[in-house]
Amino acid sequence: MGLAKRIIPCLDVENGRVVKGVQFVDIRDAGDPVEVAIRYNEQGADEITFLDITASHEGRDTTVHTVERMASEVFIPLTVGGGIRTCEDIRRMLNAGADKVSINSAAVYHPEFVAEAAGRFGSQCIVVAIDAKSVSQPGAAPRWEIFTHGGRKPTGIDAVEWAVKMTELGAGEILLTSMDQDGVKNGYDLGVTRAISDAVNVPVIASGGVGNLDHLVDGVIKGGADAVLAASIFHFNEYSVPEAKQYMAERGIEMRL
Amino acid sequence: MNTIAVIDYGMGNLHSAAKALEHVAPNARVVVTNDPQVIADSDRVVLPGVGAIRDCIAEMKACGVDNIVADTLGQKPMMGICVGMQALMEFSTENGGADCLGHLPGKVTFFADEEPVQAQHLKVPHMGWNQVAQLDHPMWAGIENHSRFYFVHSYFVRTPQRELVVGTCNYGVEFDVALSQENLFAVQFHPEKSHTAGLQLLKNFVEWDGKL
Repeated sequence: MGLAKRIIPCLDVENGRVVKGVQFVDIRDAGDPVEVAIRYNEQGADEITFLDITASHEGRDTTVHTVERMASEVFIPLTVGGGIRTCEDIRRMLNAGADKVSINSAAVYHPEFVAEAAGRFGSQCIVVAIDAKSVSQPGAAPRWEIFTHGGRKPTGIDAVEWAVKMTELGAGEILLTSMDQDGVKNGYDLGVTRAISDAVNVPVIASGGVGNLDHLVDGVIKGGADAVLAASIFHFNEYSVPEAKQYMAERGIEMRL
Repeated sequence: MNTIAVIDYGMGNLHSAAKALEHVAPNARVVVTNDPQVIADSDRVVLPGVGAIRDCIAEMKACGVDNIVADTLGQKPMMGICVGMQALMEFSTENGGADCLGHLPGKVTFFADEEPVQAQHLKVPHMGWNQVAQLDHPMWAGIENHSRFYFVHSYFVRTPQRELVVGTCNYGVEFDVALSQENLFAVQFHPEKSHTAGLQLLKNFVEWDGKL
């Protein structure tokens, strides 16, 4: 017996509401984030990830209040991401009750920010989010690149090399989202998940594309992920967290039941 | 009224610990403070901590928390959490080696330096829910042995004085995750983030008379 693999329901939050899009468009409303988080907490989720996709500054203040309310009711780890660009942003979120922050675009434009943040707050609370897309050429070795702006903007950066660099700068965890798969429910991109999980020595969270419970199992067993993140299968009650945990445990994965 | 002082020395997220204590003890007064008088007047004390040990110890010394801890130990129930536990040990290999407060014998070392951790390619930090093997102590009341708690740390504690150990865990190597000496109870994991089992432990602390 030892460390359990984690199930992390993800809340994409815009202007104080949980939303879920298919490949970042076609948004459906999935409720009040605090109520949703309480439900997952009661169901035995291992962590909660809160991704703020609000664009406006006024919306940002709403996010801080939502995180505060959530942290008073939910006693499992809480990661907040979306728009984290400065150490001041991190301090605000940690003070509001987040345990970790997830840095995405700011890491791409200013990699030294990851080092600064890890030095100031500790690697344990710095998650680097990587949005990767396959750019493999037919017949060539598989290759993935980093994309920003919700998968629209290519950067030319190799995803595996990038993940290694981020951990060298102090990232304590990698949140890997496959942009080809996100919202389409065909399962995680196991190739990039395995490649990054083998390349780095910090935990990797697989994200993007979960449509059924076998996808969660594959993320751990074939992808080598330490944690699996999913949104819509839980939000719309297709599966519950205990059901998912039981299913994974029956396939030999160590879980907190 | 039961007053619980959560010691603030400018590091990390103390709000989680304070909020969880308020949740389990709605009738208690929870104060986040580094005021020696407030801490002296409180009924019990929590020493939390996240981040790098050298910075933590430096901040503790800068705001006199090292003396407050020394004065509190043995006087009233005290709970150390995560780096708050590590800080009580003698020495840590983190940051190229750092002296800690030295209230408990033993040192703090890096998982990735351990041969079995390397051989099994275990990820560092040790992050997530792991099982704690309990040894008899009133603070475990109502918590099933081998319950899982949430950990996030890269360095671990081991004490040569085995009678102090009241909880152990395994991550490639076996290490000490709960130590108790008189009315001190210190844990490596985060009870404030460990759902039902963690909240029960905090509830037990709020009710603990500091005796075995």
